[in-house]
Amino acid sequence: MFGTQLIDSYARHISDEKQASVLNGASSGTEKRYEVLHRDYADPDALRRLAGSIKDHTLHHLGAYLSQAEQALTERGVQVHFAETDDDARQTILAILRQHEVTRLTKSKSMAAEEIHLNPFLIENGIECLESDLGEFIIQLDDDIPSHIVKPIIHKNRRGIARTFLREGVAADYNDDPATITRRARVFLREKYMHAQACITGANFLCADSGRIVIVTNEGNSRFGMAPVPLHIALVGIEKLIPGERDLAVFLNLLGRSATGQQLTVYTEFINGPRSATQADGPEQMHVVFLDNGRTNVLASNCREILRCIRCGACQNVCPIYRQASGHAYRSPYGGPIGAVLSPLLFGDRFAEFADLPKASTLCGACKEVCPVDIPIPDLLLRLRDKAKREAIPSPAAIPMAPFATLATSPTLWRGAMRMSKAMNYLPLEIAPIKPLQDWLGQRTLPPSKGGDFRKWMKSRKKTEDRRTLRSQTED
Amino acid sequence: MSRAAIFKKIEAATSALKNRTARPDHAATITDAAPRLEGLDLLEIFARNMAKVNGRTMRSVAELTAFLTSTGQRHGYCDPALYPHIGAPLAAAGLGIETEYDRSRYDDYQFGITRASGAIAESGTLILDDDGTSRRLAALSPWTHVAVLERAAIHRSIADALAAMGESPNIIWVTGPSKTADVEGILIEGVHGPGEQIALVL
Repeated sequence: MFGTQLIDSYARHISDEKQASVLNGASSGTEKRYEVLHRDYADPDALRRLAGSIKDHTLHHLGAYLSQAEQALTERGVQVHFAETDDDARQTILAILRQHEVTRLTKSKSMAAEEIHLNPFLIENGIECLESDLGEFIIQLDDDIPSHIVKPIIHKNRRGIARTFLREGVAADYNDDPATITRRARVFLREKYMHAQACITGANFLCADSGRIVIVTNEGNSRFGMAPVPLHIALVGIEKLIPGERDLAVFLNLLGRSATGQQLTVYTEFINGPRSATQADGPEQMHVVFLDNGRTNVLASNCREILRCIRCGACQNVCPIYRQASGHAYRSPYGGPIGAVLSPLLFGDRFAEFADLPKASTLCGACKEVCPVDIPIPDLLLRLRDKAKREAIPSPAAIPMAPFATLATSPTLWRGAMRMSKAMNYLPLEIAPIKPLQDWLGQRTLPPSKGGDFRKWMKSRKKTEDRRTLRSQTED
Repeated sequence: MSRAAIFKKIEAATSALKNRTARPDHAATITDAAPRLEGLDLLEIFARNMAKVNGRTMRSVAELTAFLTSTGQRHGYCDPALYPHIGAPLAAAGLGIETEYDRSRYDDYQFGITRASGAIAESGTLILDDDGTSRRLAALSPWTHVAVLERAAIHRSIADALAAMGESPNIIWVTGPSKTADVEGILIEGVHGPGEQIALVL
């Protein structure tokens, strides 16, 4: 379709109900974050900049930290694996599960697992793989995809969830009270935890010094998933590393506040080995799978700052485009500004497919202002637009914008066009039978043209200034 | 195979960098949230912050007995090491106390009493670790979890607690009851873990 990017058509066809859910969820997230961060800290920006530079430092020395973490984990009896691609990761995990004859497992929320489509793969291979975060559980029942990093079902309301529970046999009758919905999930999932044979988790951070992986949840699902089972597999993106435990104070304080407006998330787990000899509950075996899947390519690119991301979702909440279009418009597990940068980079061989995303931004800069690790997202969006231009990736906007580009690069043509532009106020453009023009105007309202006024103003201002300069020189 | 390839790619990407960021040296107090730390007594600060996340602090076994009785919780688990001081008085008050956790009856325990190895005043957080907690499941499956805490084990700040992490392979910080806001942003407590989180400080 000329003049319409894929993301625009998503935004246009989203239902009012879904858009209201996304807008409410996102804007309340932004308010809570602001309130908590500014009540607790005199200068939250200093903390954000510090977090950004700790992450930068780690990324710039990633090889040393990754090898330190590997050693720390191995010394504590953890089996460490490396996966260069999504397929490597899936096969590595499947091999571990097969070795332990696992047929049932629970999984706590992991963006990395979403990214490599782990769930459908394991299910195809005959392993029951149940999401245990309430939101992700509902997503799985609906065969849907998450539309927000922290609030996966931000696009759903209680009525839809109650219908899902009834349809899928989680509940015997329709009840859309959120407390009842939660109770029903509690009962259903406990039975699953207790009969599972393994638990797969992601990690929010990994400390290179102690090897401790840090997992935060509010629901306690990863804690419960791990307590009854003998096997724990953690899938960890290599960018999750931080140098040491003392740095966690910076990140944990920022993560909870940025993600959900909490000082700390309810459960923060620190794990660097199988359960203690004195403990009856918990895995006897722990595996860590380090995932690359394009991250080293991002590290080599001019957009490496995006690897600082701690997946809090604050940029999604604050983004005017995300709020209108929803996370699904971004067509990957990562929606909103973070997704607009990360998806085209991470899935580099499909860059053209995601090249419209960096354009879906007004460059208002709100995402940079809220980012807990101070990622210059608007700059990165521009770098990716530049990359698309250099790689000559066709843009639907190129057709209606081409005449503008010609005018804007020639002062003479521009002057003439400005004089002519007032005529546009009298032309019935909205009914002109030009398809690209119609698509373009369909999304925009043009103000009446005042062509040439700025040039006139600038000229008269220059004259006045020249006179002033002359006068002051004479007085000297 | 993947390992060597990943390290090689990292090396290629980072060795080309002209300016590598040095490790920032920040003061440990930079993350202290001043308003949360107001006050002189750590227990008082802890109790205030724990109340903000809907947790309860109790100071005596009598107080716990009264709470459990008044909320109709009549049967639970108690860490055998805590039985003489806590389990026995509860049993004497007519409550059913088990010192063995039977995982086939994971829903039978209305409350679970286990030890906390520490706490954080700044955030109202309880610290549980594998060596101090008799059963992970007993601190998780009952509706009410009672963490027994020594007053001297309260750290002032999150940064202080991180500096004293110790060697346990499994540590968990618990800041209030299990909760979610996944459904329309409405706060619901008791999702998978406890709906009631109590610190019994002795």
